[in-house]
Amino acid sequence: MTNTFETKNGRSHIAAAFAQAQETQSAALMPYFTLGFPDRATSLDVVEAIAPYSDLIELGVPFSDPLADGPTIQRSTQIALENGTTTADCLAMVRELRLRGVDKPFLLMGYYNPILAYGIETYVRDAAAAGADGFIVPDLPPEEADEFEQAAQAADLVLIPFLAPTSNPERIATIAPKAQGFIYLVSVAGVTGARSQVQSDLGEFVARVREYARVPLAVGFGIGTPEQAAKVGALADGVIVGSALVSVADKAEAKSEAAGAFVASLQAGLKKG
Amino acid sequence: MLQNTTSVPDKHGKFGPYGGQFVPETLMPAIEELIQAYDDARNDPAFMAEFDYLLKSYVGRPSPISHAKRLSAALGGAQIYLKREDLNHSGAHKINNALGQALLAKRMGKQRIVAETGAGQHGVGSATACALLGLECIVYMGSVDIARQQPNVYRMKLLGAEVVPVESGSKTLKDAINEAIRDWVTNVDSTHYLLGSVLGPHPYPMMVRDFQSIIGIEAREQLLNEVGRLPDTIIACVGGGSNAMGIFHAFREDEAVDLIGVEAGGEGIASGKHAARFADLAISRIGVLHGTKSYVMQTPDGQIMETHSISAGLDYPSVGPEHALLRDQERAGYTYATDEEALAAFQTLCKTEGIIPALESSHAMAEAIKRAPTMRPDQIILVNLSGRGDKDLDTVMRALAL
Repeated sequence: MTNTFETKNGRSHIAAAFAQAQETQSAALMPYFTLGFPDRATSLDVVEAIAPYSDLIELGVPFSDPLADGPTIQRSTQIALENGTTTADCLAMVRELRLRGVDKPFLLMGYYNPILAYGIETYVRDAAAAGADGFIVPDLPPEEADEFEQAAQAADLVLIPFLAPTSNPERIATIAPKAQGFIYLVSVAGVTGARSQVQSDLGEFVARVREYARVPLAVGFGIGTPEQAAKVGALADGVIVGSALVSVADKAEAKSEAAGAFVASLQAGLKKG
Repeated sequence: MLQNTTSVPDKHGKFGPYGGQFVPETLMPAIEELIQAYDDARNDPAFMAEFDYLLKSYVGRPSPISHAKRLSAALGGAQIYLKREDLNHSGAHKINNALGQALLAKRMGKQRIVAETGAGQHGVGSATACALLGLECIVYMGSVDIARQQPNVYRMKLLGAEVVPVESGSKTLKDAINEAIRDWVTNVDSTHYLLGSVLGPHPYPMMVRDFQSIIGIEAREQLLNEVGRLPDTIIACVGGGSNAMGIFHAFREDEAVDLIGVEAGGEGIASGKHAARFADLAISRIGVLHGTKSYVMQTPDGQIMETHSISAGLDYPSVGPEHALLRDQERAGYTYATDEEALAAFQTLCKTEGIIPALESSHAMAEAIKRAPTMRPDQIILVNLSGRGDKDLDTVMRALAL
């Protein structure tokens, strides 16, 4: 696969991925998968299999107490930990995926305590060296993120901020203009996991954030079908699908094939025309 | 009356390097709302009057202090006084905070309460307060804790609460908190999270301390009135640390008074099966759990470790951020008692004073029993007897093979 965009990791890699997706899709597609689930080798195969249909990829770094995650991702991270997956190992997997030629932007999604244990600066530096582009840390709101943000900026990687339907106008006005990379919009108050319907007031929420944002807006939580992806893609710049993909891989015999086919179907839902 | 004249936490909820607000964005607005609502409430004489009235007419405050004369004589050293939180309605200090927060939730227009519980005392306190004030109550409790604290599960159900068993992780207190937070984040508009200890994101460590500070305020006055002097040493058990903060807080400026927190030593520090966050710094390091920065028992990779204690209420891998600061400042000292020592202290108090203490409080008693003989008979140890032991009879009977 040829790169028409700047290949340097970080901010520009992410921006180029959103721009390129817009040429053929209503929104960029960012699947999530847990590193080390159901085992190391399979998780690498799954990520490689979904890459051709993905614009960016969110890679889950397991934590014992994932309080923003629903049962599906909880279980996957639990199994990854039982397999002995560590933070250092996750960074090694990022490197391995780059060596295998997976060139999509990688966002490392992990909770704050393992990052503190690893050391903030070391973590960011090692992640950059391994080929990651940015970080999603669900229990690190902007109020607490100064140190991490400085480290990320020094490495030219980004810390992706969240906004939620509960975020009031003051928070949106403060957080959105400063955001780099993209903003992760939580579609619904709650934890991760597939839901039967997309929130009916999502368009209004996206519009409220759009007023202040200078980066793309990607929506996650509760999106699990091509129809839902299409609906969200019509409103936002990016669509994030996690639990549904983990669940598909979990249930399938041939995991990477099933995961690839599922992400391809999500992408088809986003195709223009 | 509440006291909040200390300089900690700052407006960001920091106790020195500890504390803070490490929660998902979805909860941040709710936390801002809670900070505002609590600030309004504690400056509203009508709210404070209602809280004081309920503490007096419903909880039965002030709880007395008892001079443990036979125990003190048998140990041949300091005089041991007990602050009798076990005599509170619903059996422990937990009701103080539960009532305060339930009143606050009602004032905020939140009709649905979620709470976590380990030993079940906070669950019972929350269920009691919700029944009294007409609020819906959902209590998350690890299935391991449900098995070892059955009487409290029955109590919560009788009081109209829904008890939800938590099967994830170690199936104890930390997992119950995860589940309570997941519920809160999902139902944040209608729901108040009634957190039971000096843990979690700001303002909880401050707010819970304030609601519990009545313990130390009363004890200080009672000792001055009844004995004519302050204690030399105050001892309290520390799980999350709410009963300890509650009794310590009024004495923080009394520098001659030693403040001692007692953690759960479980099967001994060397065994690794304990919850002594301050005693085992090889596995307990500064980290973030459940929204706050403090000491956390964790693997080198930052995964939260499972803890062990015979008392469910002390079985938690982190500790309130203000305790971490008091320890750094050397204003409070921290030690631990093993399961065995707590069980021995439990029996001693039963036989010498006719008081059946909670296993949690028995850890504080164990330290008092160690220290008293090293002190003079004119010195005073004040122990926070944070709860009664009725809930622990099964556990104790099994442990003693009675």
